[in-house]
This record gives sequence, C-alpha cells and structure tokens, in this order.
Amino acid sequence: MVADSMNQLWLIPVLPLAGFLLNGLVALVASSIRAEKESGADHPGAPLPYAQRLFHGIVGVSSVGLAAVLSFAALVPYALGSMQVPEGLTPIVQKVYTWMAAGDYTVDVAFRLDALSALMLSFVTFVGTLIHVYSVGYMQKEEGYGRYFSYLNLFMFAMLTLVLADSLPLLFVGWEGVGLCSYLLIGYYYDKDFAAAAGKKAFIANRVGDFGMVLGIFGVFALFGTADFSFVELAKRQVLAGDAPLGVYAVCLLLFLGACGKSAQVPLHVWLPDAMAGPTPVSALIHAATMVTAGVYLVARCSALFVLAPDALTLVAWIGAGTAIFAATIGLAQNDIKKVLAYSTVSQLGYMFLACGVGAFSAGMFHVFTHAFFKACLFLGSGSVIMSMHHEQDMRKMGGLAGRIPQTFRTMLVATLAIAGVFPLAGFFSKDMILGSAAATGHWALYAVGLFTAGLTAFYMFRLVSMTFFGQARGDGHGHGEHAHESPATMTIPLWILAALSVVAGLLGVPAALGGSDRIGRFLEASVAHPEIPEMSHGLELGLMALSLVVAVVGLTAAWRWYGRAAGPAPAVSPQAHAFYEKTGALGRLVANRWNVDEGIEALVLSPFRKIGTFLWRGFDALFIDGIANASAFLVELLGDLLRFFTTGHVRNYALAFTLGFAALVAYLWMS
Amino acid sequence: MNLQPLGADLLTTLVFLPTLGALVLAFLPGSSKVAAKAIALATSVLTFGVSVLLYRGFDPAIGVPEAFAIDRPWIPQFGIRYQLGMDGLSLALVLLTTLLTVSVLLVSCGQEIEKLKGYLIAFLLLETGMLGSLVALDTLLFYVFWEVMLVPMYFIIGVWGGKRRIYAAMKFFLFTLVGSLLMFVAILYTANVHLHATGIQSFSLADWTRAASAGAWHLSAGTEALLFGAFALAFLVKVPLWPLHTWLPDAHVEAPTGGSIILAGVLLKLGTYGLLRFAYPLFPGAAARYGPLLAVLALIGIVYGAWVAAAQKDMKKLVAYSSVSHLALVVLGIVAGTGAALSGAIFQMIGHGLTTGLLFLLVGVLYARRHTREMADYGGIAARVPVTTTLFLVATLGSIGLPGLNGFIGEFLILGGVFQVNVVWAAVAATGMILGAIYLLTLVQKVFWGPDTVPANRTLTDINGWELAGAFPLVALIVLLGVFPRPLLTLVDGSVKTLQRVGMRVGPESLRPATPPGLKRLGVHELVAPRTEAVR
Repeated sequence: MVADSMNQLWLIPVLPLAGFLLNGLVALVASSIRAEKESGADHPGAPLPYAQRLFHGIVGVSSVGLAAVLSFAALVPYALGSMQVPEGLTPIVQKVYTWMAAGDYTVDVAFRLDALSALMLSFVTFVGTLIHVYSVGYMQKEEGYGRYFSYLNLFMFAMLTLVLADSLPLLFVGWEGVGLCSYLLIGYYYDKDFAAAAGKKAFIANRVGDFGMVLGIFGVFALFGTADFSFVELAKRQVLAGDAPLGVYAVCLLLFLGACGKSAQVPLHVWLPDAMAGPTPVSALIHAATMVTAGVYLVARCSALFVLAPDALTLVAWIGAGTAIFAATIGLAQNDIKKVLAYSTVSQLGYMFLACGVGAFSAGMFHVFTHAFFKACLFLGSGSVIMSMHHEQDMRKMGGLAGRIPQTFRTMLVATLAIAGVFPLAGFFSKDMILGSAAATGHWALYAVGLFTAGLTAFYMFRLVSMTFFGQARGDGHGHGEHAHESPATMTIPLWILAALSVVAGLLGVPAALGGSDRIGRFLEASVAHPEIPEMSHGLELGLMALSLVVAVVGLTAAWRWYGRAAGPAPAVSPQAHAFYEKTGALGRLVANRWNVDEGIEALVLSPFRKIGTFLWRGFDALFIDGIANASAFLVELLGDLLRFFTTGHVRNYALAFTLGFAALVAYLWMS
Repeated sequence: MNLQPLGADLLTTLVFLPTLGALVLAFLPGSSKVAAKAIALATSVLTFGVSVLLYRGFDPAIGVPEAFAIDRPWIPQFGIRYQLGMDGLSLALVLLTTLLTVSVLLVSCGQEIEKLKGYLIAFLLLETGMLGSLVALDTLLFYVFWEVMLVPMYFIIGVWGGKRRIYAAMKFFLFTLVGSLLMFVAILYTANVHLHATGIQSFSLADWTRAASAGAWHLSAGTEALLFGAFALAFLVKVPLWPLHTWLPDAHVEAPTGGSIILAGVLLKLGTYGLLRFAYPLFPGAAARYGPLLAVLALIGIVYGAWVAAAQKDMKKLVAYSSVSHLALVVLGIVAGTGAALSGAIFQMIGHGLTTGLLFLLVGVLYARRHTREMADYGGIAARVPVTTTLFLVATLGSIGLPGLNGFIGEFLILGGVFQVNVVWAAVAATGMILGAIYLLTLVQKVFWGPDTVPANRTLTDINGWELAGAFPLVALIVLLGVFPRPLLTLVDGSVKTLQRVGMRVGPESLRPATPPGLKRLGVHELVAPRTEAVR
C-alpha cells in the first residue's frame, strides 16, 4: 500500500541517509581515484566531471525532496485533523526497534509526530529542499561537490531524527549528528586553517552543552523512570500537585546548558560567528534556519518540566534577553555581510529563549518558524551577493548592487523588513507575540530589553542593505561590483519562495487584537505547556504593537541616515565604513571587537588549559611518577650494591657478622 | 546448533591453534615470505572461525563461565587443573581478540616488515596467551597464560620497535611483572586459605568463588584487603589506572603498529577483565570497601589522561593517553556496579578495542609511508589520502562517543549507571566527553586538515588493499554496534547479572543503586505511565 508506506515516519529520516551513503561512497571512490592520479602534484584537485556533478545533485536533491513529500503527506492530514479537535489529535508514535537495553535503561528507536514535531518538520524539510536546490547552482564550481552533498544529506538525516525522535536519547542522536555535520560543513574548505579551526570550535562548544544534556537525560530517567516523551505527560500531571523539588530545577538547568550550546546562547555563542567559514547555503540551512533552533525546540519539548521550576525559566528568559541585546550590539559594527547575519541569528535565538522563559513557548516556536524563512532568505541572498562579488564578503567594498542584482535585492529587502518587524510581515507577528507575552506576564524589564533589541535589529539590518545595495559601487579597484551579475535560476527561485513566505508566514499567528485567532498557539497547545498568560486589554496590546512599529521605523531611519544617503564616489574605504566609529567612539570599537569575548576565553580558559596539560605531562608524568619508578629501580640497584659490599667472600667477615648478630639477638631476648 | 559434544575440543583448539601455526612457521624451510604470511593469516582466520562457532553455539542465558567447559587434572599433587570455560564476557573478548589478530596480520601483509617470520610467530604466540587468559578457569593456569602473554609482547616491542624500544620494553616488562608477581603470591596464599578453610587443595576459580560467596574463608578484613590489593594491582597496572599508567605511552610509541593494536585493543582489557573475573568475585567485601578509592583514581585518570593527551605532539602518544582516559571510565563503571554501568563497561571494553585498534592501525598506515608520528610532519593530507582520512574520522568519532557509533553506547551506559550511584562521579566523568573532543579533533585537524605544505607528503599514497582489508571489519563493527548494540548487550547480560548479584550482596549503602542526592523522587511512580498508543 502506498498510503501505508507514506505513514511510516522512519522513512523520512532514512531517505536522506540513503542519499548520504550513495553520494558519500561515489564521492569517496572518485576522490580516491583522483588522489592516485595526482599523487606528487602540487595542488591536487580539479573541477568534477559533469556526469558526476549531475549524479550528486540529483541524489542530493531528490532524497531530501522525497523526504519532504513524505513529511507533508504525514503532517498535513495530522495538522488539519488536529485543528478540528479542541484537544488536538493524539501523537502518532511508531516504534522501529529497541536500541539498547541494559540495567534500568531501555531506549527505543521510535518516532513521534505531534503538533510540535509537525511544525518543525514542515519548515525543516521545506527550507532544506530549497537550500539543496540552491546549492546545485551555488556549489557548481567546487571540487568537493560530492562531499558537500553527502554532508548536507547527512545533516538532513540527523535533523529529521532530532525532530521526529520520541525520546531524549534518540533526540540526542540527531542532536550530536547535526553537530557533526555542522563541524564537517564549517570545515568544508578544510585546507583553510581558519575553517578547520572554526569547525573544531563549533564541535567543542557544542560538546560543552552536550555535557549538560547527557546528565540532564539521566536526570529525566531518574525523575520519571523513562526518557521517552511520555515523561512530558507525567510532568504535566505534576503541575497539579504543585511540587517542584531541587532535582527538577537541576535537570532543567542541565538540559538548558545543552540548548545554550546548540543555539549559541551566551557564553557558548562564540562558535556561531566563526561557523560562517562554511559555504553560505550551509550557513542558511544549519546556522540560521534549522539546527541552531534545536535548543528552543528542546526547551519547548520539555516545557512541562520547565514550568515546574519557575526559577529555571527565569534564568532561561534572562539568558535569552541578554544574548539578544548582546549579539545585536555586535551586529551593529560588523563589516562582513555574513557576520552581521550570524550575530543577528544569535540575537534572534535569544528572543526565542526569552519567549520560552516567560512561559510563552508557542510564541518562541512561532518565532523559530518565521525566522527560518526570513533568515534563510537573507543568508541565501548574501550568498548571491557574495557570488556576484566574486567571493567578496566585506560590505565596505560593496555598494550600489541594487540595480545589478535586482532579484537578490528585492528578496533581501523583503526579508529585512520582515526581520525588522514591519507590519504585516512575518517577523512582526512572531516578535510581537514574544514582546506581548513578556508584557502580559509583567516582565517589563525583559520587555524593555526586547523592544530596544528590536530597534537595534532594524538598524543593523538596514545598515546591511544600505551598505550592500545602495549608493555607488566601492570595490577595491578591481571593480567586482561593476561586473556583478544576477545568480542563476536555481538560486533566485528559492529566494523568491522564501521571500514570499517571509511575508505570509506570520498570518498563522495573528493575535485576537487584530482580529485573528492565533492558530499556531492553539495548534501547539497539545504539545507544549501553556501556563496561564494574563489577558491584556486590546487597547494596551495595540498600543504596544504601535510602539514596536515606531521603534522599528526609528532603527530603519537611523541606518538610512548613517549609511544609505551618503552616496559619494568610491574611494577604497568609503566614509560609510567609518560612520560607526565616528559616531560611537570607544564603545563602538569594543562592540566591533565583539566585546573581546574570544580573547577573554583564550586568556582565562584555553591558555591555562594548555599550560596545565603540558605541566601534567612533562612535570607530573615524566618527573614525578617516572621519578618514583626510576628511584625504586635505583634503590633496588643500590641494595644490590650494598649486599655485594657485605658479600665479600671472606669467612672472617661472615664470622664477625654472625657473632654480632647472635649477640644482638641475645641482647634483645634478655632485654625483653 | 549443539556444540556441547564438540565443545571440549573447541576451547582447546581455540587456544592452541595459533601455537600450532607458530610451530609450523618455525619449522618452515626457506625464507619464503609469501608462505609465511599465508600460514599465519590462515591460522588467524581459522582461529577467528572457531570463535565464531563458539558464538553461534553459545547460550546467552549463561551467567557463569561454564560454557564449553573442560576440566582435567593438570598437576594433581597440587590440585591444579586444566580447566577452561566461557561466559558472555569472555566470549565477547575472545571474538575481539581473534578479530584484531586477523586485522594485524592482514595489515602486516601490506607493509614491509623485517624478520617477518619471527614477527608472525610472536603474534600467534601472543594470541594463544590472550585467548588462554580469557578462558582459563584455574587461577594458576590463568597465571601461566597471563605471563605467556608478556614474553611475545616484550619481544614485539624490543625487536620490532622504534628508537627507544629497549627502554620501553623494559619499562613495560617491569611494570607488569611487579604486578603479576604480587598476584602470584596472592594466588598461592589464597589457595592456602582455601585449603585450611575447606580441606580441599584447589586453584579452581569456581571452587574459590563458591567458598568466597558463602563466606567460608573467614578472612579478616585486613587479609582480604591485602589479597584484593595484590590482585587489583596486577590488573590495574595492565589497565592502566592512574598513576600506574606511565609505561603505556612509552610502550605504544615504541611498539610496531601491530603491537600497538593488540596492546590497546586487547591487553589493556585483560586488566579490566581480571577485575571482573577474579578480584571482584573473590573479594567482594574488600572490593566494595575500596570501591570509592578506585573510583577517585578512575576519575582522576579520566580527566588527567585526556588533559595530557591534549598536550601531545606525537600521534601515538596522544592515542595512548586517550586510552588511559577511556579505560579509567571502564574502571569507574565496574566500581559503580549497576546493571547499566557493568553492561556499559563491558561494551566499552569491546568498543574501545575497535576504535583504538583502528586509530593505531591508521597511524601505522601513515607511519609505514612517512616514518614519523609527529603531527607537525603532516597537515592538509586529506586530499592525498581520502580513504585513510574517512576511516580516521570514523574511528575518531567512534572514540569520542558520537551517538550512532559504538563508543556512545558504552559511554552512555557507564555514565548512566554511575549517575544512579553518585551524581558527582557522573558529572566529573562526563567532562571526558568534552576533553575527548578537544584532543582527538585537534589530532584530526593537525594531521588531515589545514594547508598541504609539507613537501614530503606529496608522494603520500592512500591505504592499500591489505591494510584496508584489515581496517574494514573494524569500521563495519564500529557502525553496526552503534546502531544495533543489542546483540553484544544480550551476549554479556548473563555475566552482568552474576556480577551484580556479587555486588548487591556485600555492597555498602554508598554503592547501592539509589536515587541520586538532590534528585528527590517526585512520586510519579504511583501514577500510571500513560504511554500513548502507537498508531500504525
């Protein structure tokens, strides 16, 4: 039965896995043959033959595309059905096999489709497919084309496992799997030192989070006797009993540590900006739309547990808010187009945690959803810009591209307005739901931070658009800007689709104050905890919305005044590049330097770590332990020498020793 | 398949088939390298075949080493017996041993080795020693095999090793010998205790375990502690547990590739095997009393080994220190003694044998071509050796416990089992997850990524057919055991249950599985878990 096999959830992640194996094997064999041929050459590597490229492209795109089709075949009926019933449909849980069973731990490989995973599944497969298509064009000249697609397929496998998993341990498989693919794809240009280092940094920062995550999983086992998501139901019932002991608090913090690593929250955010060393479609897919939001997904998934520990939630909110404003300030002063977007992503992830922290989990997930579209659009757009600029990423050397790559410009402009929160684009609704929830629950300080960050967001995003597209081409004299040309259709079509979704995705969550019915909130109610959020008067709500709009417009205008208007001729470094420093002084330099966090970590953590390691090895191992071993060997030798001294061979000496010994014995007996 | 009638012969065949091969080699006329390789390889493959036969005939419900048992008098005047037998624990390790030996011999077929015949003979004799140690159930017989292992390994390091091979071989020999001599004394003393307590002269482990668990020995706490200490010391040197570990990096660095594979893959596990088979069941009281001490040493070892590994510049030294860290985790699992921790510890013994065996194999592939182990002599070679790079990445990821590969299962179960006993231990041990990623990914980065600037690497060739044949089974198992760990977990389940019974009987409160401090039960167990009905 076709319909039957459509309902097999395990097929969804397994299809990209098959794509990975096929692509990976072919790429490996091909590169092995090539390496043999080019042995001894200076720079091995040439573009791939067309047939092989075609193969990788078809396998890569079709395996993910098929998974997307299966996903929608499963989730659309589920979502539609769920909207009919007040409680929502029961989750679909399918067990494939028992993964491990030892002692008190039994873990199944089982997949789950419920409101939360359906939401994630929709944009992960959709955006994933678009970015695979985009990559066909973007990566065409790369010699690592096959490797790239196999990694990308592997990523989709891991991400879909993460989303569909029915237990924390299986989620962790996907969780670390996406981390691996992130590592591999950041380090895609492995012959560049900074790319290899950035990949490693990402993996290790994630591992710091995963340390907490693993302990958190054991904590869940200890609390509930199981780590499959039925524990959420158990936690929900406990809400009625109103008892939140220390253990719940500890487990929440541990799980949140994992979320901080994956979703780049302060202070584990350091890896994400460096991750921009990877190819741009990777930044769009992994480091903006999907993987980095997994932390928010985790918190939402465990929301019933988090509401039992209100103090933990407060911490989540403040880490989120702190990250939001902190990253936004850094984003103000970056000149690398991808770095601006990277800090913007960190900042937006902070918003999502802010939402979770005030108990508005569905608002957080809503922002995950809308952010996936406009941020993917922005990243893919930046990729198109970079390609048209012949791999130039410095915005100081761009300018005036609006007329040369009009489709990229228009789509990016739409996405910029969306992220800035301009009515009625997607970002307006999701951001407003977050700010509204913060206000409604009386967290006015958090609200203020969020509002201010919204202004910063509008500023740095419009600064990006201005420096890139407006004014005149600056360039470094080679005139890349003058020769810029629009990208091929495989790249622009995904841009248009994402731009369109950046406009309409917000309609899922139109608040009651604007005559909507907050569909997404009601849909997610079945999966996430929904602590009572007090109703605000519609008047107040509308007032707050107007305030958000004003702040966004102020941000946009400021950026326009600083960067957009000044359209002078094109010296090597334009006045615009200096605008930020001129107007902000020392604070601006600190911000441009990313608050010196990397330097601080190096001085306080990494450098001592290396020094102590070397000391333990050279000092403790070699001198102390081996010293003792050698000393005891030396003592044995010495004892041997000593014995030899007494073993003289002269009977007279033996007789003397014998007599002395006998005398001593007698003396001892007599004394006692 | 009922192998019981065959069984008696199967175990003897298993143990002495490699010796037979070695004898044939020794009397092989002429200096034909091909014939020598063929004989050695055929012997090891046959031995592996025998172990597979044993696996197929094994009943996993068996919890004590009595499968395929053989029991004949050997030196009757002292009650010493030729007593062999198996349980899931020893069978798992036997399979690992025979497989790794095949791998080692395959790899050596693909590389230039001086004095080839002697090299092959040494490995075959080593295999007999290892297999004998794993199936011997008479303590003196075990001791004989244990010492038999020492000699070929000493020669493998001392003859086919690197520049400082004599120093390394002596250090290896002395460290292990001091430990095993103490064990020898302890064996004799225990036999004497047994004779006095029961009037029966016996070295049989089964007799001893029965008497020990019935409390028939009436040991004073001090005597038990001394005996446990002597046994444990012999095994912990082998593991090697911090601070007894310093022989290992030297031995690994100087040993030839095959020596390193076997050393890391099997010999270290004989240390933890000894703890599980002898030290814990025979002296459960002392084991429980000194458990926390061992746990602390293991925790130090986990962090210390990883930390020092991060400071290394020599590939083999780095992997050697990683073994110190990983084996310490195994010891911690044994000390914790819960079902999950013990299963995880045994799983990790096998898993570490595969991943670290593969890591040493691949370092050996590079060494055979470039004759250097310094990371600085490589860099950016991924495009030159794509297959080696891919395999190395798999081994690395397996070693740092990426879920989906075998290392994760062991690590997860150990940490989970330890968590049930002591949350702080689990938290400290889990830092190994972070540190492991640091040093191993640094190794990968320095050797395979980065700019390809060293001229000598230009002619570097990828892994050859023989080497690949040796590596492939290990890679396949790393993946398979990560995705489908249950066959192995089921295989050792009986042994785990037996060990748990030993621990539960005497374990003090501190070591019982209990609710971790700070995690007060919510009382949800009174509620019925509403498992959502699966909708197909």
